[in-house]
Amino acid sequence: MIISVASGKGGTGKTTIATNLALSLKNVQFIDCDVEEPNAHIFIKPSIKHIEKVNVLMPKINYSFCNFCGKCAEFCQYNAIAVFEKQVLIFPELCHHCGGCKFICPKNAITEEEITIGKIKKGNANSIDFIAGELDIAQSPPSPLIRRLKKYISKHTNIIIDAPPGTSCTMIESIEDSDFCILVTEPTPFGLNDLKLAISVVQKMNIKYGVVINQCDIGDNKVEEFCVNNKIDILMKIPYSRKIAEAYSKGESIISILPEYKFKFREMYEKIKMRVNTRNETNSNY
Amino acid sequence: MKQIVIISGKGGTGKTTLTASFASLAENKIMCDCDVDAANLFILLNPRIISEEEIVTSKIATIDETKCIKCGRCEEHCRFDAITNFKVDSMKCEGCGVCKIICPVDDAVCLQDSASGRIFTAETKYGPFFYAQLNPGSGNTGKLVTEIRKRAFNLALEKKSDLIIIDGAPGIGCPVIASVSGTDLALIITEPTLSGEHDLIRVAKLTEHFKVKTFVCINKFDINPEITNRIEKICNEKKIPIVGKVPYAPVITKAMIAGKPIIEFIDNDITKEIRNIWENVKSGGNLYA
Repeated sequence: MIISVASGKGGTGKTTIATNLALSLKNVQFIDCDVEEPNAHIFIKPSIKHIEKVNVLMPKINYSFCNFCGKCAEFCQYNAIAVFEKQVLIFPELCHHCGGCKFICPKNAITEEEITIGKIKKGNANSIDFIAGELDIAQSPPSPLIRRLKKYISKHTNIIIDAPPGTSCTMIESIEDSDFCILVTEPTPFGLNDLKLAISVVQKMNIKYGVVINQCDIGDNKVEEFCVNNKIDILMKIPYSRKIAEAYSKGESIISILPEYKFKFREMYEKIKMRVNTRNETNSNY
Repeated sequence: MKQIVIISGKGGTGKTTLTASFASLAENKIMCDCDVDAANLFILLNPRIISEEEIVTSKIATIDETKCIKCGRCEEHCRFDAITNFKVDSMKCEGCGVCKIICPVDDAVCLQDSASGRIFTAETKYGPFFYAQLNPGSGNTGKLVTEIRKRAFNLALEKKSDLIIIDGAPGIGCPVIASVSGTDLALIITEPTLSGEHDLIRVAKLTEHFKVKTFVCINKFDINPEITNRIEKICNEKKIPIVGKVPYAPVITKAMIAGKPIIEFIDNDITKEIRNIWENVKSGGNLYA
């Protein structure tokens, strides 16, 4: 079973929920897909056994063939190439590595070379098999790294994916093929607005989902009302606690300081398992 | 005219709260929300929408079944695994157009415009405001950000505005790069947690890469004084000025629920510190020089 943890709004507690869930279960594979800002290792504390570089193909201009016709720049949908009178500029952070410029060049002046855009770290902590991606700064869009990471999904009983915030392509790629998506939110207008955006994504992708309200007592009750009115499953509510906030700041899990949460996370897991095994469950459309 | 972007690396550290306060404190400015994935600034600025437009920033391939000869070349050359059984998965297609140039049949593959979202031009009591709504799951968030900034820039020239205030996205990816590039100043909001510290270091590398002058503000600094110290040290070493420190304050959430910038909601130690931060940013960044 693949459970992904996502949210529209950043900083609502995705990593907290994902890591505590993993630490409460046995035989888990944990995949940190938040490759822009991977933080799960801080809480799971794996010993990293293996690091591999992730390479993509980047165009390279052979100036002895290039006649500066500009067809490559015209073709590139991502504005990653600019052709001047005597120079061709390639912007690696915009390139999607599609290879189209190579095909379109009438002079065969474009080849491709491998460049590193990030790394994948593999290790383990007790019974958690840990994998995380880390994007290099300003090298490339994150998608190829997420796609590579997801190739490591194993036949484990439980796979937990920590997704990046937002509702764009990186979030989609991370939660795709999940059996269930936990959406983490907070009881504020920002939290509610972004929860609705995230729900529209999981509904479009036809993934079963439920909501965790983190710091459930810091704001108003509009998130809860919204969930109740739309028959959206509230999986767990975690009250604000200075103790949890301080533990989080030091990289300590909730279950290490408040062991009773271990049961709450296991309970949530059982609930998710039941819902995943329920056939023909229809998501409520609000 | 100057442009300042507020970013954070880690999400939820207080970007939008601070941006809204700057909107209330700054003079002769234009605001834009470039966190197109999860735009929230409008909740605090109460905009009156003047116009909205659909923005096309990407393309999506479609295969015409009646013309396709099922040679499989498109599937073989697609680097996004977006084609299987001669059909395009629109969620995976990045609109590069390789399938179209590689296809041996005329017009069997067609590239169609794909709307990635809407941009709103709005007016607020604090000044003009641009924001967007990304179509959920859409790619090319970077281009959508660039479109917002273009509109803000043109209006700022026309109105002779002194400043564009940009609310950025979390992370270090496409929308962040598009928000940061070409600005005069990046203000990074961080928090004293191991995650906050880790992400601050990464996003500061990004602003360094793009040669954008950088300031740091520490939010909830009292949650972990030890890490706050460490962040101050890191910033010192990197010669990044710290423009202020805000304690953990539940009243900030109350202002958010009231739908107001905190500056307009209450007058206390917190807002005093935020005013200080604004003064430091203004003078340190030479924003009105």
